[in-house]
Amino acid sequence: MLADTTPLAKSGRWAEALRDAGLAALVMLGLLVLIVGVQTVDGEGGLTANFRFDWVLIFCGAVFAGRLAAKLGAGDAIGRALAKPVGGAVGAFSAYSKQIVWLGLGFAAAMPFMPFADRYVVDVATAMLIYVMLGWGLNIVVGLAGLLDLGYVAFYAVGAYSYAMFAKAFGLSFWECLPLAGAMAATFGVLLGFPVLRLRGDYLAIVTLGFGEIIRIVLINWYTVTGGPNGISGIPRPTLFGMPFTASPPEGTTSVHEFFGIDFDPNHRIIYLYFVILALALVVNFFTNRARRLPLGRAWEALREDEIACRALGINPTNTKLSAFAVGAMFGGFAGAFFSTRQGFISPESFTFFESAVVLAIVVLGGMGSQIGVVIAAFVLIVVPELFREFADYRMLAFGLGMVLIMIWRPRGLIAHREPTIRLHPPQGNGR
Amino acid sequence: MAFFTQQLINGLTLGSIYGLIAIGYTMVYGIIGMINFAHGEIYMIGAFVAVIAFVLLSMVGVGSVALALVVVLLMAILVTSLYGWTIERVAYRPLRGSFRLAPLISAIGMSVFLQNYVQLSQGARVKPLAPQLPGGMILFEQGGFAVRVSAIQVFIWVITFALMAVFAWIIGRTALGRAQRACEQDSRMAALLGVDVDRTISTTFIIGAALAAVAGVMVTLYYGVVDFFIGFLAGLKAFTAAVLGGIGSLPGAVLGGLLIGLIETFWSAYFSVEYKDVAAFVVLVLVLIFRPTGLLGRPEIEKV
Repeated sequence: MLADTTPLAKSGRWAEALRDAGLAALVMLGLLVLIVGVQTVDGEGGLTANFRFDWVLIFCGAVFAGRLAAKLGAGDAIGRALAKPVGGAVGAFSAYSKQIVWLGLGFAAAMPFMPFADRYVVDVATAMLIYVMLGWGLNIVVGLAGLLDLGYVAFYAVGAYSYAMFAKAFGLSFWECLPLAGAMAATFGVLLGFPVLRLRGDYLAIVTLGFGEIIRIVLINWYTVTGGPNGISGIPRPTLFGMPFTASPPEGTTSVHEFFGIDFDPNHRIIYLYFVILALALVVNFFTNRARRLPLGRAWEALREDEIACRALGINPTNTKLSAFAVGAMFGGFAGAFFSTRQGFISPESFTFFESAVVLAIVVLGGMGSQIGVVIAAFVLIVVPELFREFADYRMLAFGLGMVLIMIWRPRGLIAHREPTIRLHPPQGNGR
Repeated sequence: MAFFTQQLINGLTLGSIYGLIAIGYTMVYGIIGMINFAHGEIYMIGAFVAVIAFVLLSMVGVGSVALALVVVLLMAILVTSLYGWTIERVAYRPLRGSFRLAPLISAIGMSVFLQNYVQLSQGARVKPLAPQLPGGMILFEQGGFAVRVSAIQVFIWVITFALMAVFAWIIGRTALGRAQRACEQDSRMAALLGVDVDRTISTTFIIGAALAAVAGVMVTLYYGVVDFFIGFLAGLKAFTAAVLGGIGSLPGAVLGGLLIGLIETFWSAYFSVEYKDVAAFVVLVLVLIFRPTGLLGRPEIEKV
């Protein structure tokens, strides 16, 4: 540090920083010059090119400036400046996490009745809660058991299609179909997991990815059962103890507004759906929190940390992983059934790899294994883009970049704080 | 018999392309033990560079097909290698020594990022390219069915074969290849003996990306259409090829690639075209159940 103050070292530092920044800008130029600089567009008689070298120069300039600043220590300065408030916020967050959780729960329960909550707001909140539920479900697989599942959307799809088919073919209600959809998804999870879970984790990632694609290909091509690319429409809406949310109920049934003696309002169904998904998501959360204290949940977390040690202690890794995989798949199936009844229409379009990537991004950004982190990440990834609709095209770009940056910056996620489920020696009042 | 021969020719062509991509997976896995998830995207970028280069060349007015092919191949290799190097530098190197899933998640993020980056800068629509290498010949005719070999198919075989020869020479006979094999066996020991591990890993990514770039150029020539999503399925299949051949084994990657190409072609020819993408996946699962080490792979020993 002392040597840096001499003029010679200072100029040397500048020269080195300039050289480094120049190199970075040069690499950027090489990366961008063809892909961004030359846009191929449909012209007469084939493709022609549309040049955009101004963009390339802007990006290269930005990289040059950024790299220069980083080399001259701006990065450290910003890091130091941010460390205190961020650290403080995270610290306060963990200190008051219990209160914050109850506050958040209260807000979630009261939200639909607040003055600002119109149909659109409740709809967005419902969409976010679906992702919270998916995130919590995937968190069991990825966060607790440490199994990277890239095809989570497959179980979501299985749940959605099973609900649609059971409800349409046998006339079962939403609540009767829910366990069936979960069971179907869990069965698929076991069938898929059985051959693969004996192997290294990386294989699982690729196989689940492939499985997600296969499910989608089957959904597209198996016209007679799934309706092909047209999907399934006219899926029954959910009912409250068999009472539909319609203005004029079919013969022999009472609709909800008649039963309660209130005026019919189409928003009732929206609000009901909101509470259903809230309850489902909380069930997942409750299950996870309890499971972490069971021998099974402890085995999951132990496996994540060290598989060889687990085997030495007599835990059967395959069965333990399989149970985590099946439970995660089941919750994915529940979420799928809910999605199905909410939309009233499903098609293979809704179950692409991007959905898996979004859910995984939620789990990873939130901090693997952290329940609150998932909620925050879901808010950031689902609700915030809603506010910036004109940048919707850049959403996935930002997701991808975010996943890389989070892995580099905070590999354990934004809310990385995780209490051990059990302590050998409880803290003696003086904190950790 | 004629139909069968035709499928064999098509399958070998497809298999060559998969084999070239699979080498990138298997090399990276061998040296740092991670699945380079963004490798399929590297191949996709190679294909896009080929399209862009062809468009530029036709605007400049280069008439000679041979010259155009050489220039396009060089451009694709150059740009894609730079991508391979940068990705390793930015997304993987800082994570060496982090927890097990970190590089894999980073690679997935990179893959999503690159897909959307190409989609945003080049558009989501399919890019058609006029046939650059017309011509071919009829091998023989039987029962009214003519077995043809197109010039492009011959070109693909020749290039693949030549690249494999060069590649085998690099790995087997040069200092770089020795360093690479040393890092693969034990990177810490290699570092102690004076091998620059970082540099070797960078070179591995560059070689893998260059091979994927060639595959991208060839697929552009072969099918004449490119879009931003091709890397996903091709990457999945090439990975399957690498696992089938035995991940970490270089001849295995080529063998696996050829087998996957053949399986996919015959599956579409005799069974069902709609489910052709399922074929590779079924093979992957069967291999993992019955022979997890692949055809030419060594069993992996996990140590504490």
